[in-house]
Amino acid sequence: MCLGIPAKVIERGPRLAKVELGGVFREISLDLCPEAVVGDYVLVHAGFAIERLSEEDAKETLELLRQMAEMA
Amino acid sequence: MKFIDEFRNPQLAETLVRRIHAVAKRPIQIMEVCGTHTVSIFRYGIRDLLPPQISLLSGPGCPVCVTPNADIDFAIALAREKDVILATFGDMMRVPGSRSSLQKEKAQGADTRIVYSPLDALRIAAKHPRQKVVFLAIGFETTSPGISVALLRAKEESLRNVFFLNCQKRVPPALRALLSAGRVRIDGFLLPGHVSAILGVGPYRFVAEQFGRPGVITGFEPLDVLQGIWMLVKQIEECRCEIEIQYRRVVRPEGNPLAMRKISEVFEEDDTSWRGFGLIPGSGYRFRDGFEGMDARNLSVVVEPSIEHPGCRCGEVLQGIVSPPQCPLFRKVCNPENPLGPCMVSVEGTCAAYFKYGNGGRGLGSLNPEDPEA
Repeated sequence: MCLGIPAKVIERGPRLAKVELGGVFREISLDLCPEAVVGDYVLVHAGFAIERLSEEDAKETLELLRQMAEMA
Repeated sequence: MKFIDEFRNPQLAETLVRRIHAVAKRPIQIMEVCGTHTVSIFRYGIRDLLPPQISLLSGPGCPVCVTPNADIDFAIALAREKDVILATFGDMMRVPGSRSSLQKEKAQGADTRIVYSPLDALRIAAKHPRQKVVFLAIGFETTSPGISVALLRAKEESLRNVFFLNCQKRVPPALRALLSAGRVRIDGFLLPGHVSAILGVGPYRFVAEQFGRPGVITGFEPLDVLQGIWMLVKQIEECRCEIEIQYRRVVRPEGNPLAMRKISEVFEEDDTSWRGFGLIPGSGYRFRDGFEGMDARNLSVVVEPSIEHPGCRCGEVLQGIVSPPQCPLFRKVCNPENPLGPCMVSVEGTCAAYFKYGNGGRGLGSLNPEDPEA
């Protein structure tokens, strides 16, 4: 039930967006994430975007792990 | 950046495993609350990578599993009504109630439909104005905002024939109940990533401040789970006690305040019953004034008294008191083909995960009578 999948916003209207999830297109609601723009990745759950994914935070997490690998 | 593959990098996973082994000294029992974590941990073989002093316990984070029989029986009673279309998320279809399941009712002619989103229930209601459309509203805080938006939309559109059977639950009160009961040793929590995308850090602070247990809000890819475990073990070894975020690309400390406001527009907190726990204060919701017209519990229907299957230990599995192989029904009677309890049916159920993935990935169950594992 926690299942949430990152999907890329391809088009958006006032309340709905078309997103791409692994090659498949879906229409989802932006009512919980109205600030999403085309090109953003959002977390999709039960037909809603519930949060935008932060590319910056993702990169920082991976960079931290790479530094740990180098120190080892 | 696609946000999935990068977090499955094997070299970085290896680094994290080494770090966990280096930092873990004392025996530690971690509860992973969320059903999706139970599945990730099994799917990626994480238990086998950890040092023996770390044990992982499954918790009650499967909203399908913690729905009591009485609620399923109510849904079944509604589904049997000729003028009702029952709309539900897929994994509720096979969950056994006291005597039947929605799937069995569908086979008998009930109009039961799987939907992907609560908004689909509104579309069905608009298409079938003479039918009552009842949506079985199951979920934690990941799902409740969407359910609330759907109810607000139904009100906006003056849809008179849509009803929601509210079975939603809240995670933090369940953690409080677990910790207060003290039946199981929990040194720290891996906290649910997507529930926390909505809640943020605040609602978990009591876990650290009142109960002295650290928690790490963790994602679901292999690197996420390993990093989350590493951060938690590190806290425990360093005698720190905080609520940290591992899943920073999704979870902000303040969560999603808009989503929380949507829930408050429609619902107030209420006591509700969880399978295995009984009544947990403040762990669910009731409709606010103005929305009671969409409360499916106000529909008149005859429901047979609910009974639990004797011998089923789902309740104790959900509290981490027993593991599935310790249930006398596991494998021998209860299996994915013939599930007796929700923990075996749900895709995130602990028993289903043990059956499918346990025993080093070979699974602990087999339906082949010739198989020595059977």
